[in-house]
Amino acid sequence: MVQTTTKNGIIVAKTGNEIMAEAMRQIAPDVVAAYPITPATEIVQIFSQFVADGLVPTEFVAVESEHSAMSACIGSSAAGARTMTGTSSQGLALMHEMLYIAAGLRLPIVVALVNRALSSPINIHGDHSDTMGSRDAGWIQIYSENSQEAYDNLIQAIRIAEKAKIPAMVTTDGFIISHCMEVVEKIPDEDVKKFIGEYKPERPLLDYKKPFSVGAIDLQDYYFEHRYQLIDAMEKAKPIVLEVAEDFKKEFNREYGFYEKYKMDDADIAIVVIGSAAGTAKVAVDDIRKKGVKAGLIKLRVFRPFPHKELAQELSNLKAVAVLDRCDSNSGAPAPLYLEVTSALYTHCKSECPKVINYVYGLGGRDIDLHHIAYVYDMLGKIKTGTQIKKVVNYVNLR
Amino acid sequence: MVKDHKMGWKDLPEGDRLEAGTAANFKTGDWRSEKPVWNKDKCIQCMICWIDCPDSAIIIKDGKVAGIDYDHCKGCGICAKECPPKVRAITMEKEKK
Repeated sequence: MVQTTTKNGIIVAKTGNEIMAEAMRQIAPDVVAAYPITPATEIVQIFSQFVADGLVPTEFVAVESEHSAMSACIGSSAAGARTMTGTSSQGLALMHEMLYIAAGLRLPIVVALVNRALSSPINIHGDHSDTMGSRDAGWIQIYSENSQEAYDNLIQAIRIAEKAKIPAMVTTDGFIISHCMEVVEKIPDEDVKKFIGEYKPERPLLDYKKPFSVGAIDLQDYYFEHRYQLIDAMEKAKPIVLEVAEDFKKEFNREYGFYEKYKMDDADIAIVVIGSAAGTAKVAVDDIRKKGVKAGLIKLRVFRPFPHKELAQELSNLKAVAVLDRCDSNSGAPAPLYLEVTSALYTHCKSECPKVINYVYGLGGRDIDLHHIAYVYDMLGKIKTGTQIKKVVNYVNLR
Repeated sequence: MVKDHKMGWKDLPEGDRLEAGTAANFKTGDWRSEKPVWNKDKCIQCMICWIDCPDSAIIIKDGKVAGIDYDHCKGCGICAKECPPKVRAITMEKEKK
């Protein structure tokens, strides 16, 4: 029998999309403006059914594109409404210019996002190219390993975004999580409402007694100062992420942080990975530990703000680290997560840094299985005992 | 070094917000090529120019049109065009250099 972690927990079988829609119903934002795109369509489709059935009082705006969806969200959020949307891949790419505006205007919009490959060639399956493309847009990015995390993360993201006054996206891996049915523990509606609280915007545009303009032109004189405010806010979002996680643990008994450490206490080699592949990697760690290898795993949950100091501290005492990226930067240089991790190590390592190798995997939803991850740990074992890293970027399961 | 009195990032309102009405502080009417001239005697106080002026440059005093704010008027000519044809209380004239 499946046990609940909290007294009032409700066990349900839901796909990633279903549970994200359910979280949105419980959050009950004032406005949702959305456009469908595989594999995120179901999130807003199910949610729009909740609206049609009168289960949630949200104003649902069916728009004509993702660019319009984010534009409508920006207008609604600036007006003072708690605002959400859902999208994926090309949809996020079409939102791209509006993402920067939402962040610059400091609007706490929350996006339920399903990671999917970017065209061309057309591919509807999961990889992280879409959100990695908007990694510098000034949005908080929280990745989920499974449906449970997607649900918990989405609820926490509302509070994080509203406190930090920065928009946030919570992601799941396309199809692997979005369409896979799992056991999820739900929180009762009233407990979610209590946890997120009532949204009280500091300065809503609809406050006609104190009128103001937003989004004015801002040239050499003030642009830098306004952008620095966002940079500062992203730095200050770090303690907010931890504070909300701590409160979430207190209320619902599930633990979150910037990352999850798996068997890291005595580890001398480790993999750093994001998203659903962490589930497979944990099994690989268990298998390889039976052979006496001190293998560990770090699953990054919060990519923006990036916990560079914290992550460097976790990794600095290891002998060898493999960073697994479900995305390539197409730059003739390593992939995004590798760049962040090695930069963190270079910046914060006091003495000797571990050797770090990059593996790009799973583009366009290409499977990654236990053998692939076991191979990576084998390589780490060899690097630990002195084998030179000849190629920094390597490609898993590529023909 | 000249001391800069502009606001720093800590003092600026967050998120590119500007208090309403600050445009009045900037005199933007200096690049007109034509200017509207208002004839008080012909004016019937229909207020159409006031409604249509995109720069709020029609001066109102005690609920009546009292002139044109040349500090902000860009000389677009909408007021002269929209002033009823039988009245023609506003006409456009070349701006003298």
